[in-house]
Amino acid sequence: MLHIKEVTVQNGSFSLSLDLPQMSSGIYAMIGPSGGGKSTALASIAGFQSLRSGAIFWQGRDISTDAPARRPVAILFQDNNLFPHLSIERNVALALTPRKQLTVEQRSKVSDALDRVGLSAHGEKKPAALSGGQQSRAALARILLQDKPILLLDEPFSALGPALRQDMLDLVAEIARERQTTVIMVTHTLSDATRIAKDIIFIDHGKADHPVATPELLENPPEALRQYLGNDAGST
Amino acid sequence: MKHFTFAAGLLSASMALADAPVLTVYAPDYFASEWGPGPSIEAAFEKECNCDLQFKTGDVLSRIILEGARSEADVVIGLNTDVTKKARETGLFAAHGQDNSQLTLPLTWTDQVFLPFNYGHTAFVYNAEKLREAPQSFDALIHSNDELKVIIQDPRSSISGLALVLWVKAVFGEEAENVWEKLAPKILTVTKGWSEAYGLFTEGEADMVLSYTTSPAYHIVAEGDLTKKAAIFPEGHYLMVELAAKLKGTDNPELADAFLAFIMTDTFQNLIPEENWSLPAALEVSEWPQAFQELPLPEKVLFYSEEEAATLRGVAIEEWRRALSK
Amino acid sequence: MAPRTFQITAGAAVAAFVLFPLWAVWRHSDALASLGEAEWAALWFTLKQALLSAFLSVFFALPLARALARTQFWGRQFVIMVLGAPFILPVIVAILGLIAVFGQNGIFNLLWTAFGFERISIYGLQGVLLAHVFFNLPLATRMLLLGWTSIPSERIRLAQSLGLTARGRFCCVEWPMLVQVVPSAFAVIFVICLSSFAVALTLGGGPRATTIELAIYQAIRFEFDFATAAMLGFMQLTVSLLAALIAVFLGMTNGFGFGLDRSLPCVARPAFEQFWDGMIITIAILFLALPLAILTITGAAGLLELPPSVWVAALRSVLIALGAGVLCLMLALPLCTRIGEVIGTLGIAVSPLVLGTGIFLIVRPYVNPFDIALIVTLCVNAVLSLPFVLRVLRPNVEQTSKTYLKLSQSLGLGPWAQFRWVFWPRLRRPLGFSAGLVTALPMGDLGVIALFGDAEYATLPLKIYQLMGSYRMEQAASGAVLLLSLSLSLFWIFDRWGRGDAAH
Repeated sequence: MLHIKEVTVQNGSFSLSLDLPQMSSGIYAMIGPSGGGKSTALASIAGFQSLRSGAIFWQGRDISTDAPARRPVAILFQDNNLFPHLSIERNVALALTPRKQLTVEQRSKVSDALDRVGLSAHGEKKPAALSGGQQSRAALARILLQDKPILLLDEPFSALGPALRQDMLDLVAEIARERQTTVIMVTHTLSDATRIAKDIIFIDHGKADHPVATPELLENPPEALRQYLGNDAGST
Repeated sequence: MKHFTFAAGLLSASMALADAPVLTVYAPDYFASEWGPGPSIEAAFEKECNCDLQFKTGDVLSRIILEGARSEADVVIGLNTDVTKKARETGLFAAHGQDNSQLTLPLTWTDQVFLPFNYGHTAFVYNAEKLREAPQSFDALIHSNDELKVIIQDPRSSISGLALVLWVKAVFGEEAENVWEKLAPKILTVTKGWSEAYGLFTEGEADMVLSYTTSPAYHIVAEGDLTKKAAIFPEGHYLMVELAAKLKGTDNPELADAFLAFIMTDTFQNLIPEENWSLPAALEVSEWPQAFQELPLPEKVLFYSEEEAATLRGVAIEEWRRALSK
Repeated sequence: MAPRTFQITAGAAVAAFVLFPLWAVWRHSDALASLGEAEWAALWFTLKQALLSAFLSVFFALPLARALARTQFWGRQFVIMVLGAPFILPVIVAILGLIAVFGQNGIFNLLWTAFGFERISIYGLQGVLLAHVFFNLPLATRMLLLGWTSIPSERIRLAQSLGLTARGRFCCVEWPMLVQVVPSAFAVIFVICLSSFAVALTLGGGPRATTIELAIYQAIRFEFDFATAAMLGFMQLTVSLLAALIAVFLGMTNGFGFGLDRSLPCVARPAFEQFWDGMIITIAILFLALPLAILTITGAAGLLELPPSVWVAALRSVLIALGAGVLCLMLALPLCTRIGEVIGTLGIAVSPLVLGTGIFLIVRPYVNPFDIALIVTLCVNAVLSLPFVLRVLRPNVEQTSKTYLKLSQSLGLGPWAQFRWVFWPRLRRPLGFSAGLVTALPMGDLGVIALFGDAEYATLPLKIYQLMGSYRMEQAASGAVLLLSLSLSLFWIFDRWGRGDAAH
């Protein structure tokens, strides 16, 4: 269980308050207008942003002061998920060790992960030699190896075409189901949210609403969400 | 529009006064700057010539050589004896037509082309308060403690630096390279030009600086500072003479002649000491300002003709370079 | 970004502006020169000191830029700006400032000898290197700092999230950036130091420290040996271009990427790291600002007593700087390509003296060089600043092109609309910085005006030299303070404008 308890964050003149009790495994979509606080919310869960007040608990333990790497959190960005000068294999292996030399066991884990995302033939290549979709898969392979119970997705796969993106989202959903992961996905695209998310968190003006089950929310959207959807979410 | 005219005025060179003939004089930058004698000379000459005297500054000899016969200069001023051979060889200069016997230089002047207007001697200048026992002869300088630090100018980029190597050559002849080797440890550094060297000296970097016998006069007259002295060496001092000349191709020969004649007048000569901080070339000592009359000057003067200077230059510079590169 | 015709025109204009004068100088004598022992010695020393200077400048800039990139403190922007000041000072003024700190009786030696050590002489190779690091460390730091701030923030966060060690972070995040930025910084500084003259001579302590530039000066102004001058100028140019090519080639590894350039509020950095960064920044400030501070203190008192002519000269310098800034940016925008950067290096690759003489020879048959001296100065300054501006602009322009070119082409935007709507908003910040740099830089440049100028239309640096040439060392110091404050103000105004309201 992830519990975000009365958290507030101050970033320059922007402030955000989050209060999301008891989030169990499954996929949560976080939607809302730009500048509403989505990215800041992810950053504070991942540990890139220190909290002004409140706390974040995982399985009852306060993780709010842990360094990013020590949190039970993996994160996938919109872009720049791979280090361009390292091979795909090395990029994925960073989840296990920063060393250049891999043990036999590590090597087999890496190749299993690459297998799982369908990139076994590309381990030696540099990211630039891969297509956008393949790059996303490579990043996902690393997430698999990191094996964290919480996965944060910051507008994932938005550089990909719609078909490819749906494939990737399905893959994420499959992995999350398998591993009982709690996924929080920031997205601009309502169709992405409805495709895989069980709950939706609407966030605007630095304030997050409690998660609402996706079908319920769509049936009876609050005014702010309606406006937002009317303006720029429909487009994709 | 007003603003535009103002900006254009700032950026473009001066327009000639429409009615008066223009006399173009090439001069070194220090000469024509507002802190040099240029402006006073311009004012004084324009009062009597009914003309517009315009100084064009820059590297005078380089410009004349680059421009050749097409030069717009009527007169040049500020050439130095050590480099006049090149200038004479261009064949661009006409006779100055002035009476050399009016000159009061410490040597006899017979040149009919290049007319002296001021002179000075190279000398090592020091602060008498800081350096109590300054070497009072070249010999003493060479044999002084290596703790004594001297700043000189590079003979390859500076006219006073060139005068120094000729000075050493004139005093020591064949021994010059040896002398340079002995001087080497005392030479704190070598600068591109006089300004840099003198600036470092004023900052207190070195005990002595290569400058002129007339340098102390500036400090006395302008600053009331009596501590700066030029060491006078009995071996003699090298003479530096600055010259003016008329161009053959001038389109204003009468005006050019009038200007050369003006150089020999007391009006012009009286401006030299306290505006150029050097000695006037055609003015009796009794007419000099008090501070200049009292200035210690060398009894023995060393000088190379332009022919000798041109021949010795390469050798002297090379000896200097070898000795100081060790 | 710009259509090919713009690129070719700008490239050809710059190349012609530099190469044509060199050719003219050579043509003037129409002979091939052979070089003597002295010239070879000068060439060798020039290369040695330029390599060492570039190496040391970049070497010390690395920890400094890194510290500045990850430390937030009050007045950080101001410090970064003032650290750039040595670069814009007239050489002689900077030398006097350095002497006040490191000279025979400078602060450094006073302290050093007070502790019972032997006095350290600034004169010699060590002095040349010290001065060159003083001039160029700020430049290297700016270039590296730009590299550090353009590292995608996602990558820094990714490294944090993967729990990479300091070494791992360096290898994964910083190394690829450095591989791209360092050769370029090294090359610019190397090329700048190739044409060092007064610094090398004065602080080098004598003819051991003779550079090619001095040999050129001697050839042009004393020997009237234009063949040798052209030959030496050509050698200088060749070495510079070689360096620029190598740098562009080395910096070619792609995929460096660009992030959001958001400042990252760091979560609790280790104390020793903060301490170390603080130390480095403090030492750098002391090293770079102390000479300037002493100059300012000695010169500030006489500032208001400067004669009006100096103020007029200052205004003239400002106008020239602004003109040069406009021209430089107009040339720079189309030249933001790999080849453009090599061509841009030409500006600092050729000896200013050869350039000035060549231009003089070219224009002489048509106009009176005196009449266009200030225009020429303006053009020379614009070309001279080009390499620095290109190094700032090129990465940004390329990135914007990569991201938005297809989009804007598909929308059928013309060149002007592209510039206005696509490039302008994204380039405002680097443009502001470049404009600041390019207007501040030429302020201290004596340039061709020394060769053919008009005393009545002098620029501020020339006035300072005139003051020094007539014994007025104190007034010259005040002039230098005026120059320094004007340059910094220009820089500040443009940089500030570029950062817009989002300045922080």
